[in-house]
Amino acid sequence: MTRIDAKFADLKAEGKKAFVAYVMAGDPDYDTSLELVKGLPGAGVDVIELGVPFTDPMADGETIQLAGQRALAGGMTLDRTLSIARTFRENDNTTPIVLMGYYNPIYSRGVDKFLVQAKEAGIDGLIIVDLPPEEDEELCIPAQKAGLNFIRLATPTTDDKRLPKVLQNTSGFVYYVSITGITGAGEAQPADVAPEVARIKAQTDLPVIVGFGIKTPEASQGIAAVADGCVVGSAIVAELAKGKPVNEVLAFVKTLSDGAHRA
Amino acid sequence: MDDLFNSFMNGPDEKGRFGNYGGRFVSETLMPLILELEEQYEISKTDQSFWDEMNFLWKHYVGRPSPLYHAERLTEHLGGAKIYLKRDELNHTGAHKINNVLGQIILARRMGKTRIIAETGAGQHGVATATVCAKFGLKCVVYMGAHDVERQKPNVFRMRLLGAEVIPVTSGRGTLKDAMNDALRDWVTNVRDTFYCIGTVAGPHPYPAMVRDFQAIIGKEAKEQMFEAEGRLPDTLIAAIGGGSNAMGLFYPFLDDKDVNIIGVEAGGKGVNAKMEHCASLTGGRPGVLHGNRTYLLQDDDGQILEGFSISAGLDYPGIGPEHAWLHDIGRAQYVSITDKEALEAFTLCCDKEGIIPALEPSHALAHVMKIAPELPKDHLICMNMCGRGDKDIFTVAKYLGFDMD
Repeated sequence: MTRIDAKFADLKAEGKKAFVAYVMAGDPDYDTSLELVKGLPGAGVDVIELGVPFTDPMADGETIQLAGQRALAGGMTLDRTLSIARTFRENDNTTPIVLMGYYNPIYSRGVDKFLVQAKEAGIDGLIIVDLPPEEDEELCIPAQKAGLNFIRLATPTTDDKRLPKVLQNTSGFVYYVSITGITGAGEAQPADVAPEVARIKAQTDLPVIVGFGIKTPEASQGIAAVADGCVVGSAIVAELAKGKPVNEVLAFVKTLSDGAHRA
Repeated sequence: MDDLFNSFMNGPDEKGRFGNYGGRFVSETLMPLILELEEQYEISKTDQSFWDEMNFLWKHYVGRPSPLYHAERLTEHLGGAKIYLKRDELNHTGAHKINNVLGQIILARRMGKTRIIAETGAGQHGVATATVCAKFGLKCVVYMGAHDVERQKPNVFRMRLLGAEVIPVTSGRGTLKDAMNDALRDWVTNVRDTFYCIGTVAGPHPYPAMVRDFQAIIGKEAKEQMFEAEGRLPDTLIAAIGGGSNAMGLFYPFLDDKDVNIIGVEAGGKGVNAKMEHCASLTGGRPGVLHGNRTYLLQDDDGQILEGFSISAGLDYPGIGPEHAWLHDIGRAQYVSITDKEALEAFTLCCDKEGIIPALEPSHALAHVMKIAPELPKDHLICMNMCGRGDKDIFTVAKYLGFDMD
């Protein structure tokens, strides 16, 4: 049982929805980023998604692209990303951390070496956008063997015929992408999302968490109400990009998590 | 072993791999679209009516077959091998790009898609796409790095004349790879009506194989024409490589002709060195995953993608088609690099000796011909792909040669 499995079991027992927050590792610099990550559980975040900066984030909108560029310009690396997790773990051994990003930095490191390092740093799961089930033997299967969850994205284009393939080697939770599009664009609609979540839940016992296009406490509540929880990323990253201090960003995160937890 | 199993022409496998390269590294939203494209391409590939339409338009719209031309004065000047140029610069729109665009747009029409998107670097693929879209009355959106929009103004105006919307890409560093990122972002957003027309033999499967198959007309013609002219196969094939589509098109029909030397020429920029002021992915990069495929990439130690550098905007891409990566590893083709300076020398020599203004891309191939031809015997046949004409490059070249165009 990973920290992710344990967290969702606890939430279920309490009858609570999950609130997942995404932040970019190293944005705008290492120290600020670490401070923000450390504050997330106190702001009601159940699962932390830690973005791994990449030069070519093809599935991300401008907000997260720019966050990645700021991080890279500040000297962020895969090692330093893992170091944020490792430092966080010194004081928190229960909040799950999921690394989210693209395959090349991991492939460049070497999959086996990376998995050992990620596990040692206290990472619990991976969301790698450019690894569909067709490429499972690359990282998904080795990661599961190493005891990390591999969380797959299901999307509006994933039809019923394809869904079993997407769910097959997924663990931890299923991340449903509410819109066809990139992060930070559009607006997730509970009425559209609800039947899609039901469609996925008919084929899996895993929690279904919905992300993309959720920007406000109201949206957080509305979407969490029709799923097992929701993810907010760009809206949080955008607050940080405005130059707001960490405590103000965390106050905003608290309004989002309160929304989800009210659902 | 059976000859069939020794063939170099069987790739890719069912997973879209050439050896360990290629594949389908895309987000889940795009995966069903790519599978649909593969299915439709497999059907069209064996449908005679598809090829009838292609052949008709290749002949009457593009102007194929392009000539195989004996460059007599160039041969004499270099004093060695007999040099033939495959004249794909004479195609409508001035480059080989339209061979592939035509195939993809006919496929898009068969799939009921009404909106075409494309990325472009130098603008040749963008112009070809805008052209074929105008011909068929399709909506066309071209993503082009803001830096390239600035340095390739004539092509931007051409695309706009042809009714295309040109979107300057400012994300990342505003180059060809960023244009490709933005095209992928558009596709992931407009999944129902949009067809992504990729301009080179890269991207997720089936693009590398599909684009190669459409460009293979170059090599098929060259083979027949060489037999007609010389009664035999050429000894050496040479083509320039950015993503590698003109080269793959020339090489593919010759892969199993084991006596034919195959040479791909990458853009060496200011020189293939630690400063990465070049675009030579094979000679200066290492394997990685970007834009849907595994291939050789220019990248740093942490797997971050680097910008290439070349005088030629058409070669300015940090990756290369996965089939080239495979041909490189197994040694079936040899890959070399040529610097900006060498390419410019070849450019001026070609103008002077043959009355052909070449694009800067094939000028790289020609520069390698200049290096090897003098040492080869007179009965050694070289076939070089003159994949584009240089009209688009005269401003760049003028600047380097110190002419004032204003």
